[in-house]
Amino acid sequence: MIKTDVVIIGAGPTGLFCAHQLGIIGLRCEIVDNLDKIGGQCIELYPDKPIYDIPAVPKCTGEELTNNLIEQIKPFNFNFHLSDRVQELKNENNKWLVKTLNGKEFETPNIVIAGGVGSFEPRKFPTKSAEKYDGKSVLYSIKDKTIFKDKSVVIFGGGDSALDWAIELSNSSRVTLVHRRDEFRGAPASVQKIKELSDNKTINLITKYSIKDVKGNGSLESVEIKSESGESKVIKADYVLGFFGLIMQLGPIAEWGLNLDKKTIPVNTENFETNKKGIFAIGDICTYPGKLKLILSGFHEGALAARGCFKYARPDEKYRFEFTTASSTIKDRLGVKE
Amino acid sequence: MAKIKYIEFNGTEHEADVANGLSVMEGAIQNDIPGIDADCGGGMSCATCHVYINDDEWFKKLPEKEMGEDDMLDQAFEPKSNSRLSCQLIVSDDLDGLTVHMPEKQV
Ligand SMILES: Cc1cc2nc3c(=O)[nH]c(=O)nc-3n(C[C@H](O)[C@H](O)[C@H](O)COP(=O)(O)OP(=O)(O)OC[C@H]3O[C@@H](n4cnc5c(N)ncnc54)[C@H](O)[C@@H]3O)c2cc1C
Ligand code: FES
Repeated sequence: MIKTDVVIIGAGPTGLFCAHQLGIIGLRCEIVDNLDKIGGQCIELYPDKPIYDIPAVPKCTGEELTNNLIEQIKPFNFNFHLSDRVQELKNENNKWLVKTLNGKEFETPNIVIAGGVGSFEPRKFPTKSAEKYDGKSVLYSIKDKTIFKDKSVVIFGGGDSALDWAIELSNSSRVTLVHRRDEFRGAPASVQKIKELSDNKTINLITKYSIKDVKGNGSLESVEIKSESGESKVIKADYVLGFFGLIMQLGPIAEWGLNLDKKTIPVNTENFETNKKGIFAIGDICTYPGKLKLILSGFHEGALAARGCFKYARPDEKYRFEFTTASSTIKDRLGVKE
Repeated sequence: MAKIKYIEFNGTEHEADVANGLSVMEGAIQNDIPGIDADCGGGMSCATCHVYINDDEWFKKLPEKEMGEDDMLDQAFEPKSNSRLSCQLIVSDDLDGLTVHMPEKQV
């Protein structure tokens, strides 16, 4: 059991800056994110795209913003718990018990939900029959590529993951690549390579088809694909891989009794507390009249939520407003030597 | 202003008068019509505002897809050649009478 002042759910820009504000006012926090890296949407969806509306930063990419936020909280040495999802919140004796999927437990007076639009998960095949093989022979990511050696692998998708794996696996497996249209969104060089591999029959390329069914008897045997005009084909398959990008699933957050309004959590704009004492919500996941889903709004929300946490973490102390430029206490916390 | 008909996957029909300049997605959200999630709020980065335009004449009449819309549609639930992202369909008088069908689910 880890005891702390605040558990932050979500290591996107909003959760990161809130951690900074907590550090500045002398509170400790633990940060949990189910992605394997820090940065939320900025790192997962647009690491290379420039952002132009961060105050006083005319231009920075999603990755640069994330790296700067990480740099800014370095002095506080907060712990990150990545690749883990917060599942359960329970109130006991005015403290919150927080449990994760991997079995970690935290005890804290405050929880800050900075969960964006939920946790990122791969989009799966729409076919029910694929569920039976999920994680065994129907896969949405690859951990060990040696399992495909000399096997028949059918890959679905038109982005970089689908193309890169089709190219890579074509060395040692029989690869079929299926995509719903003729154009691919992957890098031009990969698209070119796929066309070459298809021309010399190294891979079997099928466009304008999508999945219809997966078939097998205990183990996967084939996959049936369909065109929009109703034709279908059956392809032998030991493995079926789907690369359709990521979707955001609200997941467990929906079950915490927070009066959800269209996948968002209503908050009080004085301190961003939810309907439950000690649970705060900031960033894309919170809603209030006039809410803008922008990073700059998330920063402001995190600053106020941090002050809201102070009251429950230090009930016997009074929060004192201070500037970072002037306060020697804050400078000590930041490890600044003058 | 345009009258837009939204038909859920289960066949339930909804009609809304949507002001010019709003998107077909916003027309659904503002009128509490279920079946369109729009997680990214219209930023063309989530594909959860996916609709089908079943009437071929209407599909051809709509403004062409911009760069990136088809890439995003690749990541939608069961995209077809008559799929559009409703956040990219901006309402004008020309869209009066448009019918959109929602997919079985968005995420
Ligand atoms: C393509 C694109 C371009 C954009 N451009 C701009 C721009 O120019 N300017 C701007 O201001 N904004 C922009 N945005 C929006 C901006 O990225 C979001 O507003 C911002 O990322 C929200 O930050 P957040 O920290 O609230 O949530 P997120 O960044 O979504 O992070 C939430 C994190 O919480 C995690 N999480 C959720 N639930 C759990 C759980 N139960 N347990 C553990 N972890 C969980 C998720 O995995 C995720 O990492 C853009 C968004 C996109 C997609
Ligand atoms: S609302 Fe997200 S892509 Fe249309």
